[in-house]
Formats: sequence, structure tokens, C-alpha cells
Amino acid sequence: MTQRLDYLKESASQTAGPYVHIGLAPGAAGFNIYDQELGWDIAGPKAAGERIRIEGVVSDGTGSPIKDVLLEAWQANAAGHYAHPEGGGAVEEGFRGWGRIITDFDTGEWGFDTVKPGPLKGRGGKMQAPHINLWIVARGINIGLNTRMYFSDEAAANAADPVINLIEWERRRQTLIAVRSLRDGLPVYRFDIRIQGEDETVFFDI
Amino acid sequence: MIPAEYYQRDRNRQPPALTPGYKTSVARSPRFALLSLEQTISEITGPTFGHGDIAPIDNDLLKNYAHGGDPIGERIIVHGRVLDENARPVPNTLVEVWQANASGRYRHKKDTYLGALDPNFGGCGRTITDENGYYFFRTVKPGAYPWRNNVNNWRPAHIHVSVFGASFSQRLITQLYFEGDPLIPLCPIVQTIPDPEAIQQLIARLDMNATIPLDSIAYRFDIVLRGRRSTLFENRLEGN
Repeated sequence: MTQRLDYLKESASQTAGPYVHIGLAPGAAGFNIYDQELGWDIAGPKAAGERIRIEGVVSDGTGSPIKDVLLEAWQANAAGHYAHPEGGGAVEEGFRGWGRIITDFDTGEWGFDTVKPGPLKGRGGKMQAPHINLWIVARGINIGLNTRMYFSDEAAANAADPVINLIEWERRRQTLIAVRSLRDGLPVYRFDIRIQGEDETVFFDI
Repeated sequence: MIPAEYYQRDRNRQPPALTPGYKTSVARSPRFALLSLEQTISEITGPTFGHGDIAPIDNDLLKNYAHGGDPIGERIIVHGRVLDENARPVPNTLVEVWQANASGRYRHKKDTYLGALDPNFGGCGRTITDENGYYFFRTVKPGAYPWRNNVNNWRPAHIHVSVFGASFSQRLITQLYFEGDPLIPLCPIVQTIPDPEAIQQLIARLDMNATIPLDSIAYRFDIVLRGRRSTLFENRLEGN
């Protein structure tokens, strides 16, 4: 017999189910239980950089909004630093860079406020364009889906981004780019995520 | 320092996106293949939490929504460790749970099951693992409940568990099942997992040593997150 590898194996994922809000956003489930729910303030009041809003809908293979979806965002600050011991540098006090986003149960629309992240170094020293990492769970999703959101006003950086360029089909690259507009002077990015079907969003195995 | 990558997810043990036996997955599963991504700083970092984020009572579901009494049901302790695939503890990581009450009813405005709500049971809790990766909750054993998939599908008793780990690539939501539950092999959601051994890994064991006599029955549930490279040779994550 050869030697045995004594690694453990990752626990299997199971769907977050329709009642994910009870655990991760109980206020939305209809009751208040915690002193503070986590993930509502991504950037904190002291973060530098441009204040932005991001909005969208997650839709299924029939084109219908997924009204019970929950997203988590993970992003760097305007200097390109993550709030993590290996995050590349210091962040502002109160900047966590992580958020939890739920939908309007009637429409499936979601939105969150944050600051625009900066570019940051990728593999081989190549710069990555500013992006927000997203993780999507819901009833019917067996294992969380990972994607990235890029910004339409970063066309040059996006064109050079090593992750976007991994996507063989140029048409599909557009699924990762949120479209900027102004609303009452505030930059709002639209980012619709299509789980399946026409213009299916690119999802990553990270 | 060059950050080391996390081991690739073993997709032969993880449920695929499309599992027709679990009908809701059919329209909610990508049809294109996932694009495999070599990890960057975006994937090897993730949010961190501290005891300032939670309250000490948050891991006691018998008390954290009590309105003048204790919830009805079998009093249980769920405890275990969060480990990585190298069998190292994952310390200081946030563990969140949610569950139905003893009659199989969720405190959620979208749950309309006949089972009664319990005025003293909210059904959610959270805690942070200690330096050994250890965690525990006190709660009541959840009831089985019916759900619309085939007409007569029942979920085995389960507790939803959410864990962060040290990076966004370790993020995991799973479900804890209970040893001896005959509904486990019948459940289309359980059966989305292609590997029987991986299913067994989600079944908490009765743990008489941790049971509190005359008070609460204990179940042991260890959670394993992805492991991380530690070889001495640079893995060229930065490409230099």
C-alpha cells in the first residue's frame, strides 16, 4: 500500500433555502433579535473615495427576478486595500468592505451604498481593474455562485484586466460590467445578474 | 510575502448547480461552465469579525428570543470545531445558524406551514469560534416539515449553518442533519450531493460525553473548510 494522504475534505454545500433571511438578515424575515445585524454598512463613514450606489436584479432561466436571493459583497477600499491581514495595506477605520444585500420581496430589486474600490495588483504583478466580488445564494442554488462586478467608466482598466481577459467570449465579458448613470448627482451603477439563459452572467470557480 | 492559494474545491463531492430532483435548481442553475480562476488577493482575503460584532447570548437559541418562557422542544447542544482540509482549526470565524422550531415552522413571513409558531423561539443564532476552532450553540431540535417539490417531500430535521473562514474562497453554507433520521436518504436536497461519504459528513453524531445529564442532549458537528497551501516553494501567485 502507498502512504495515505491525511487531508480532510471540505464539507458539502447545501442550499441556503427560502428562509436564509432568518439566519443572516432576521429583520427582513420579520423579526428583530440581534443588537446589530451584520453587513449593512460596507464602507463606513470615514472611507475615502467616491460614494456610489449599486442596484440590480438577479434573474432566473425564465427571466423572472429571484426574489429570495441573498448576495454578499467583498471589496477593496479606494486605495485597493482589503480589510484583511493580507489585504495589501491599511484601510480606514470602520471600513469592512463586506456587505450583505437582500431584495425587495415584491420586486426582487436590490441595492447597496458603498465607495468605489481602487485598482489592485493581480497575479504576475498585472493590475486588476476596480471590482467588487459577489457571492450569491438562494433557494435552488446548491452552492454559492461567485462573480465579479466591474465598472463601465473604467473601460481602459477593464480592457487590461487579467480576469476579464480569461473570458474567451468577448460578448460574455459585458455581463460583468455595471453601467454607470447619475441620479440626483449620485453615481448609480446598474448590475443585473442572469443566473441562466440569454446573456448568462459569468460565474467563477475560485 | 507571497500569499498562498487555497486548495481547489473538489467538485466531485460538492453538489452541481443543476440537480433536477431538486426542482427549483432547474431554472436557478447556470448552463455555462464555471470559469476557473487562479486566486488573487480578492479571493484569498475575506471579512473578519470580532466579539464586538455579536452579543454573548446570540448562541443560545433557548434564550435569545424568550418572551417569558423557554421554547417547546427537545433541548439540545450542537457543538464542534471548524477545521480546514489540513485539519487545522479555523479560529475567530463567524458561524451563523438558523432553523425551524420543534414543530417544523420557521419564523419567517414567507413560511405558511400549519406547524405552530413558538412565541419563545426565534430560530437563529451566531457565534465566533475560539482559538481552537471550537463553537457551540444551545437550541431545540428542529422538526421535519413538508415542502413543495414532489407532493409528498419532507425535509429531515436540519439546521442551516453559515461559515466564513479566513477568505472569501472558503465561504460556505451547508445544513446539519441528525444521526438516525430516516428522512435523510429520501430528501432531494440531501441527494444533490453526489458523494455518499460527503452526505455522511453532514450528519451530526449523538455525543453522550457532551450531553448535560437531566438537561440537554448533545450532538457533535465538525465543519471543514477549504485548506491552504503551505509548501515551501513559491507557487508563483504573483508570478515572480
